[in-house]
Amino acid sequence: MTASNASVTAPLGRALPGRRASASRPGTHAETARKSMRERDRSGYLFVAPFALATGLFLVLPTLYGLWMSFTNQSLTGTGSEFIGFANYAEAFSDPQVWQTLWHTVWFTILSTVPLVVVALVMALLVHTGLPGQWVWRMSFFAPYLLTSAVVWHLSNWMFQPDIGLLDTWMTGLGLQPLGWLTDENVAMFSIAGVTVWWTVGFNFLLYLAALQGIPAQQYEAATIDGAGGWQRLFSITLPQLRTITGVIVVLQLLASLKVFDQIYLLTKGGPNGSTRPILEYIYDMGFTNYRLGYASAISYVFFALILVFTLVRLMPARKEA
Amino acid sequence: MAVADISAVRRTKAAQDRAENRALTKLTIGPSPWARAGALAALVVLAGIWLVPLFWGAVTSFKHEAEAALPASLWPTMGWTLDAYQKVLSNSELPLWMWNSLVVAVLVTALTVLISAMAAFAFSQTLFKGRALMQWLTIASIMMPGQILIVPLFREMQVLGLVDTFAGIVLPQVVAPVMVFILKRFFDAIPQELLDAARIDGASSWRLFWTIVLPLSRSILVAVAIFVFIGAWNNFLWPFIITTDPQFMTLPVGLSTVKDAYGVQYAQNMASAMIAALPLLVVFMLFQRRIVQGVATTGMGGQ
Repeated sequence: MTASNASVTAPLGRALPGRRASASRPGTHAETARKSMRERDRSGYLFVAPFALATGLFLVLPTLYGLWMSFTNQSLTGTGSEFIGFANYAEAFSDPQVWQTLWHTVWFTILSTVPLVVVALVMALLVHTGLPGQWVWRMSFFAPYLLTSAVVWHLSNWMFQPDIGLLDTWMTGLGLQPLGWLTDENVAMFSIAGVTVWWTVGFNFLLYLAALQGIPAQQYEAATIDGAGGWQRLFSITLPQLRTITGVIVVLQLLASLKVFDQIYLLTKGGPNGSTRPILEYIYDMGFTNYRLGYASAISYVFFALILVFTLVRLMPARKEA
Repeated sequence: MAVADISAVRRTKAAQDRAENRALTKLTIGPSPWARAGALAALVVLAGIWLVPLFWGAVTSFKHEAEAALPASLWPTMGWTLDAYQKVLSNSELPLWMWNSLVVAVLVTALTVLISAMAAFAFSQTLFKGRALMQWLTIASIMMPGQILIVPLFREMQVLGLVDTFAGIVLPQVVAPVMVFILKRFFDAIPQELLDAARIDGASSWRLFWTIVLPLSRSILVAVAIFVFIGAWNNFLWPFIITTDPQFMTLPVGLSTVKDAYGVQYAQNMASAMIAALPLLVVFMLFQRRIVQGVATTGMGGQ
């Protein structure tokens, strides 16, 4: 557990009587006492059973089943489940669509992650000034996060509507050419990233806000006595304190963005001309439109391997810190 | 009298908040009125941008269909009407989808919180053979993105006969290893003397769990429940894959089929969107503080 994390949970921890950080540290007195009492308690099996059963059925089993499927030519209709070795994987690596949709996924991740972190930080810093209207600011920035993707689709599709949509109306009002927000191959991914930022930035905003509330006021007071101005305090106190949480938010955001599906599927169905199709949609298309379950599973596992490598790489420095 | 007390407490609390905020302003941006005005202006602009789509969608939903098809305006010129809402509520399955979503989200939340809390209790307060292995497996499964399991999971559901059933929609969503760890961390911090005393008095683990651990953990349980509920209410991909029968569609899935049904009837589209958006927005307005805290606490997940 990193320092930033402790500060995030702090407001809640304070509310609970008797929450002590030291109780969970191994080797302390409390831990020894607990062990002796726990040793007699053999009921753990019963408590863990429902969760273990659900995990086994809906996570472990499909994981193994999918792996097996990826070595077969199984189809959705259930026919053909012969073992075909690595044929699906060989096909996946030479399938230009796999590489293309993978690139779209990465491109979307880059386009969305940067503003999703920066805008969230700016919002949190502005709200954390304590200026009047706290309730309104929080509401405005976080409300879109509470919308389901289908609502976001309806709203943004309407904004992007050619000619009569709000954006085109404003463009022509400003004397500019209307843009093919979702129909121009060069624009569509930017539009989708924009919608995503609007939709989900509130989440990162809340994480930043919680971290900001964890910065001790004394630090600011000390700086004020030393004569540091507002900007100076921002750069010498606030931002350095946010370094750890920024790392966490970036990683969480990257992992979330890589799994993009809803908004692209709803807004463009991967178009125009396949130019926005992410890899998850390709997997979906292969499995549920082309009925090639075996091949779809193989692509899933290639994608999973990439996410796993990414996750493991980022776990290592975290362990060092702990 | 009690009412007067509560409102007095509220007033004091609000005054306290205001004082705290003023102090915060002094600490962060200092006394300069220009700096304050600048920050306030930035907030107004950002909030404006963020509210425009919602505001515009709401306005459109009250327009006559004929006007909604004209170039966009932020204010209706042909007058306000509830036509769109009337049509959507009487001609579509929106109320049914909403009910389905409520059932699914409540079931997912209740089951997830219950089985996660039980597992967390087992990891935190009991010893059993294979506990370390189970914990390790739980951590490992946090890394498993559910999205890549859609193909084998759907096949499994076909075999189990759970396609187009509530069980099929709900059950795969109750596996939340991250929540187990959030709860375990919290249970670890419960004062051990309390539990030991109860054990000495002969309380069973089951009793310990229900009468000591859960009541003490109300805040984190609410936080987890809020987070799970928002996720389940809004989940699109899995319900979209497992349902084909409109009878079982949740709101997000049903809503995604709506455009073709209405053609270019924007007022109706927006009315459906508004109806779908309203429940969570209202809940958020009522319990903002709790929800903000809950999301911030659980949102960090296993980090």
